[in-house]
Amino acid sequence: MYLGPVPQKSETADGAADPRERLVVIGNGMAGCRAVEEILERDPARYRITIFGAEPRVNYNRIMLSPVLAGEKSFEEIVLNDERWYASNNIELIAGDPVLEIDRDEKLVRAKSGLSRGYDKLIFATGSDPFIIPVPGRDLPGVVTFRDLDDVNAMLDAAEGGGRAVVIGGGLLGLEAAYGLSLRGMDVTVLHLMPTLMERQLDEAAGWLLKHELESRGLTILTQADTAEITGEHRVEGVLLKDGREMPADLVVMAVGIKPNTALAIDAGLETGRGIKVDDHMATSDPVIFAVGECVEHRGACYGLVAPLFEMCRSLAEGLTKEPVPYSGSVTSTKLKVSGIDVFSAGDFSGSADSDDIVLRDASRGVYKRLVIQEGKLIGAVLYGDTSDGNWYFDLLKRGEDVTPMRDFLIFGQAFADGGGGTDPSQAVAALSDSAEICGCNGVSKGRIVAAISEGAATLDAVRATTKASASCGSCTGQVECLLKATLGDEYAGERAVKTMCKCTSFTHDDVRKLILEKEFKELPQVMQELHWATPDGCSSCRPALNYYLLCAWPGEYVDDQQSRFVNERMHANIQKDGTYSVVPRMWGGITNPRELRAIADAVEKYNAPMVKVTGGQRIDIFGIKKEDLPAVWADLNAAGMVSGHAYGKALRTVKTCVGSEWCRFGTQDSTGLGVKIEQMTWGSWMPHKFKIAVSGCPRNCAEATIKDFGIVCVDSGYELHVGGNGGMKVRVTDLLCKVESEEEVLHYCAAFIQLYREEGRYLERTAPWIERVGVDYLEQRIVKDEPGRDALAERFHYSQLFSQKDPWAERAQGADRHHHSHMAEVRPMVHA
Amino acid sequence: MNMTFIPPEWLDLGLVSDIPLRGARSVPVAGGEEIAVFRTGDDRVYALLNRCPHKGGPLSQGIVHGDKVACPLHDWKISLVTGEAAAPDKGCVPTIPVKVVAGRIFIFRAAVIRQAA
Repeated sequence: MYLGPVPQKSETADGAADPRERLVVIGNGMAGCRAVEEILERDPARYRITIFGAEPRVNYNRIMLSPVLAGEKSFEEIVLNDERWYASNNIELIAGDPVLEIDRDEKLVRAKSGLSRGYDKLIFATGSDPFIIPVPGRDLPGVVTFRDLDDVNAMLDAAEGGGRAVVIGGGLLGLEAAYGLSLRGMDVTVLHLMPTLMERQLDEAAGWLLKHELESRGLTILTQADTAEITGEHRVEGVLLKDGREMPADLVVMAVGIKPNTALAIDAGLETGRGIKVDDHMATSDPVIFAVGECVEHRGACYGLVAPLFEMCRSLAEGLTKEPVPYSGSVTSTKLKVSGIDVFSAGDFSGSADSDDIVLRDASRGVYKRLVIQEGKLIGAVLYGDTSDGNWYFDLLKRGEDVTPMRDFLIFGQAFADGGGGTDPSQAVAALSDSAEICGCNGVSKGRIVAAISEGAATLDAVRATTKASASCGSCTGQVECLLKATLGDEYAGERAVKTMCKCTSFTHDDVRKLILEKEFKELPQVMQELHWATPDGCSSCRPALNYYLLCAWPGEYVDDQQSRFVNERMHANIQKDGTYSVVPRMWGGITNPRELRAIADAVEKYNAPMVKVTGGQRIDIFGIKKEDLPAVWADLNAAGMVSGHAYGKALRTVKTCVGSEWCRFGTQDSTGLGVKIEQMTWGSWMPHKFKIAVSGCPRNCAEATIKDFGIVCVDSGYELHVGGNGGMKVRVTDLLCKVESEEEVLHYCAAFIQLYREEGRYLERTAPWIERVGVDYLEQRIVKDEPGRDALAERFHYSQLFSQKDPWAERAQGADRHHHSHMAEVRPMVHA
Repeated sequence: MNMTFIPPEWLDLGLVSDIPLRGARSVPVAGGEEIAVFRTGDDRVYALLNRCPHKGGPLSQGIVHGDKVACPLHDWKISLVTGEAAAPDKGCVPTIPVKVVAGRIFIFRAAVIRQAA
């Protein structure tokens, strides 16, 4: 459709015929037309109005382009003002003819065709332009943006042939484009620079839910993907990332953001910052020129959403027709327009000093809600999965009302807060009918639970065992406990005796591990979401534990989260009280040689290490290394053939040996040789806690094998295997597990034992308390008597070792994770720049 | 022309994305005490002196969770917002005013000088 430029009478003739003030609007988009509508509503006859539009069509609802792309709406359905509207309001529309120049002295606007209009009042509604990332290939045919109907048509043309689309940008617009293209039959990959989708609107938890929902609908989503180049000879063929990954593409959509369109305003000499600067009455630095919408910078803020634009237009129209009503900025909310995915965010959900979070997670419904409260007022909200109360929260937020009286119920939504305000949750449960469902996962009614309690199920665990209520997702645990209290009164013993993992969850370590396997949770935010974590991102106690459990459950699949590692494991060295680190290279079985010793001596001198000490585990420890120097120290040690000794890890530490039959007159077996073999099999494996091994060549036990987690005492007829020893705070002598005849068996039993501990020991539980908890008989059953079980354990151990036996020092020495070792910047505050 | 003007009272430390989510980086100060700059899981940025009020542990090496950091030496939980240790521990580390403009982190120069003096 093409409209205008409409033939016009000449300026002077027109002016003479009509004495009204001339109002010219540059921009026929949502802001320009809305401003005109608002003015007409207040004073329909006040101005002679001309609207210039760069696009050759009438005004349409730009935010509904996504449903057009997705095929859910037609262009006709999103038209806001058709030709009749312009005609009946006597508005002159000059469409398809962009304005190129403004003569402020003459008060004249000139368009590309040469057409000009004089003005008494001028409104800029030039909107914004898509931001084009400055990479090679950005101009290739097949690279499009997502801004207007022409872009949508270009995408639809490309989608007709199917093929592959890459959308750069995982914000609101990019995701809507990606979803639309996938519905149109394209194979879509989204590249997002940040770790979290829509990070400006969503927190990590909601971003994660969104990512998974989109992935389940067939989209491929790569986060932390930084585009280096768009490749292709004559048209786009692919996208190359800075990390070297490359994906083929028949269509590339750039949706990384927008920038206010200020070019014309700058040419006209108006004051601009990021956008065209306006005061509270939408006036620019020229008092007869105004600006509204996305092109505007007001009190330092630029907006890319529709609600602020409407508010600006109202304020402008008041000022141009009646009494000025100042615009004081907007609080914004966002909704994602992808069918079936409900996402809402409003206000400041990143919070600030003294703000509190209220978090609700309902895994079975896929719901996540987070409210941010400060000084009794709601200041931000993120809703995922159930956005029905979004408008109510947004209203509370904008009104700045004190929500303290309904704070306890706020998260449950308007219906609950209005109806239930002031009651306590146990009364709410008591008021339910017997047929009301308490446990949605297992379909257990209140009546069934109360009956079970009356029949003797006096604890939460007993209720879980008899009815299955609260035994799955756990979200009804609070209600079940209320029923226990209500039914048993004072007889109810209270909370469960088993300790939860930490304050962030009501689940125990064992529950969490079981659920990770059963429900195939493979990411940290997923565990927290599905298991109703009470904090947005856990604490220093649960994060390392979860990281380990995931690592153990899904070797080769789970990607280690460095930020959930305790400092020593993140830095691959041991932090000391002064903040420096100590470095312990691996010496297999405690054996070293001149080359290694020279390299250690050289490193000590080169990096001014103030102390070198021999450890209890038969290693050499270099103290006082600064974190910046660690990679260089490691590079030097690597060069002499040494690798990380993992003296810092919840991992296999050392295999301590005596000299054995090779040298010792009492030695019965080659204990050093066996120690080296064991260490080569077990190094690098992550465990619930540190793990020490020793091999003694005879019962004199010089390697102190009977206070190790796994100790081997060689005897004439074979090898005694001892487990669960500890020489630490609470000394514990090992239990004898069994006796075997060959080195192969030692290695096999050792692998099986370690794997059982890895899978069943709780995080930070050494083997000694673990064995006291489960009993030696249990270990004997699992490892000695159950041969297929033993084989399976050993096999799982060896499989997991495939992924863990990489020297972390070599990776760091070669530059990996450099940010852990370098300063961010150095400042010299006393010197003026 | 479109650059946002930053008064020299604020010192540029680099990009927010130079700090991993739920991570921290250290910033030595010539003639003063080292600063730790933190980035939380929901992308807020804070700065404290890089020194736990307990035994001086480098807070930049701790685990960042919510708006706290756990000191790497003895697991004291320090508020990134106020610098206060969480109960039952008692102590406070000075906070440094920070602002983020166009994805870059700036710290308040005068505050750094006060620490240096």
